[in-house]
Amino acid sequence: MAAEAVVRRGSAGRRLAGLFQGRPRLQVGTLLAGPVGWLVIGYLGSLAVLLITAFWSVDALSGEVVQGFSLDNFETLVQEPVYRDVVGRTVGVAAAVTITDALLAFPIAFYMAKVASRRTTAILVVAILLPLWSSYLVKVLAWRTMLSNEGIVNWALEPFGLHGPGYGIVAVWLVMSYLWLPYMILPIYAGLERIPNSLISASEDLGAHPFTTFRRVILPLSFPAVVAGSIFTFSLTLGDYITPRLVSNDQFIGNVIFNNITNNQPFAAALAVVPIVVMIAYLLVARKLGAFEHV
Amino acid sequence: MRLSKGATWLLRFGVGLGLAFIYIPLLVVGIYAFNGSGTTQKWPPSGLTTKWFGEALENDAAREAFVTSLKAGLAATAIALLLGTLAALAVARHRFFGRETISFLVVLPIALPGIVTGVALSNTFTQVFGVSLGLFTVIVGHATFCIVVVYNNVVARLRRTSASFEEASADLGAHTWQTFRHITLPNMRTALAAGALLAFALSFDEIIVTTFTIGAGEETLPIWIFRNLFRPSQLPIVNVVALLVILISIVPVYLAHRLSREEGASVAGKGGRGVEVEATAVP
Repeated sequence: MAAEAVVRRGSAGRRLAGLFQGRPRLQVGTLLAGPVGWLVIGYLGSLAVLLITAFWSVDALSGEVVQGFSLDNFETLVQEPVYRDVVGRTVGVAAAVTITDALLAFPIAFYMAKVASRRTTAILVVAILLPLWSSYLVKVLAWRTMLSNEGIVNWALEPFGLHGPGYGIVAVWLVMSYLWLPYMILPIYAGLERIPNSLISASEDLGAHPFTTFRRVILPLSFPAVVAGSIFTFSLTLGDYITPRLVSNDQFIGNVIFNNITNNQPFAAALAVVPIVVMIAYLLVARKLGAFEHV
Repeated sequence: MRLSKGATWLLRFGVGLGLAFIYIPLLVVGIYAFNGSGTTQKWPPSGLTTKWFGEALENDAAREAFVTSLKAGLAATAIALLLGTLAALAVARHRFFGRETISFLVVLPIALPGIVTGVALSNTFTQVFGVSLGLFTVIVGHATFCIVVVYNNVVARLRRTSASFEEASADLGAHTWQTFRHITLPNMRTALAAGALLAFALSFDEIIVTTFTIGAGEETLPIWIFRNLFRPSQLPIVNVVALLVILISIVPVYLAHRLSREEGASVAGKGGRGVEVEATAVP
């Protein structure tokens, strides 16, 4: 009995499999139905809804969401100096973090790709990979403790008569540079790794000073990788609201979205459009610079 | 590259500084978990103690949050495994219109700031579907941004292994399902494991999307940490939990890296000093 059932099930499976045999379109369709359905309907659909809600408004008296087209949210966004400041501050810090990380990451990536032995490189990759994925919140928490008045930063600077930045916008810049540094190191490392050593040797053989080789050969070839890394540092900074909340009193785009999400969802949606627009513009520029082959 | 001795040492110094910058905060969290000065966070701690570990274990809210995080992580990983693998199989083994768009589509939830994903999903759940927020909505949110991790790992593996094995299997009379079970699946086994581990680690300490998709009555471990870190009396336990979270997310990442590296070496089999980063690195 049991054996018969197995055989019959097997044959049903075989029939089903036979259906797919030699029908590549059916195969692709079946494979893609789930993931594309989820991402297009679930995710892109949600983004579309977000865009639509951004044009809704909230009735001032009842607090109810009014579903109708109005540009009020965007008008507030552009005209209120508070929100202009918030957007300016967020984009400014994102740019500062990106530049800081590029400067910090390049020597590390360069050492890994072109100087260190294979073994050292392998160890370094793991050492940089591990914290990249882990415990974002815990890392911010660590800095909150470290930057506090009686924290390790002030303790370490005290003998020199210095004082740490404390909580504030400098702290946000510092912590975000810390958080996203591995995201910058790895693409640059991968980009540098792809530069053939023969090009560098050729430059050296032709008598170029190491600095000239760096400036004329290595830097131009690895620039797209730097841009690729900057996509992450920029995007991650734009959306973060936890770090500003924990190490400053400053408002970033994320904080304002968070504060509005319960009482004024349409306005929160309109605010969320800002990082989307900024990121799309950034991605378009990045593609022009050839960053996409390096992500 | 030929560098002068001085330049090499300067570079080494820079790398050491960079690593110190990366690891010192994590070490500090580790030390504070043993903080003997009680609820004050003064550095250096006046002594070390393990008593906070006991208290953390007895903290019901933290324990429940841990279980919620496990559930969310496992469920999201399962969904991501299924959807990521399907998409990877389609992209790596078939040609069709819009193939390049798939990679873009998969990356989007993680390329856009977390807050955008969070607001968009919570908006849709509450306004369009009328679903109340809870563990289920968290799982959906996490699965959405975890797909890319599985997808990247599996696509990278499939691209390295030739499709000719599968063709040979089909020529020898195996039907689609048999080929998948006996050829394709064993081939990508470690890539699946690596993808799953990374997806779990990603889900386990995610907080932004979680904040927007979780219901009022529930909390994951990161949410628990966030809600309690402003209470000085709870800080010692928060520090212990923080150390735990670091360990729980670092171990899977390390294992995933080992898996994709070993297999990468044996499959690719080529020399070259390239250490595999593409598969596990940045999404």
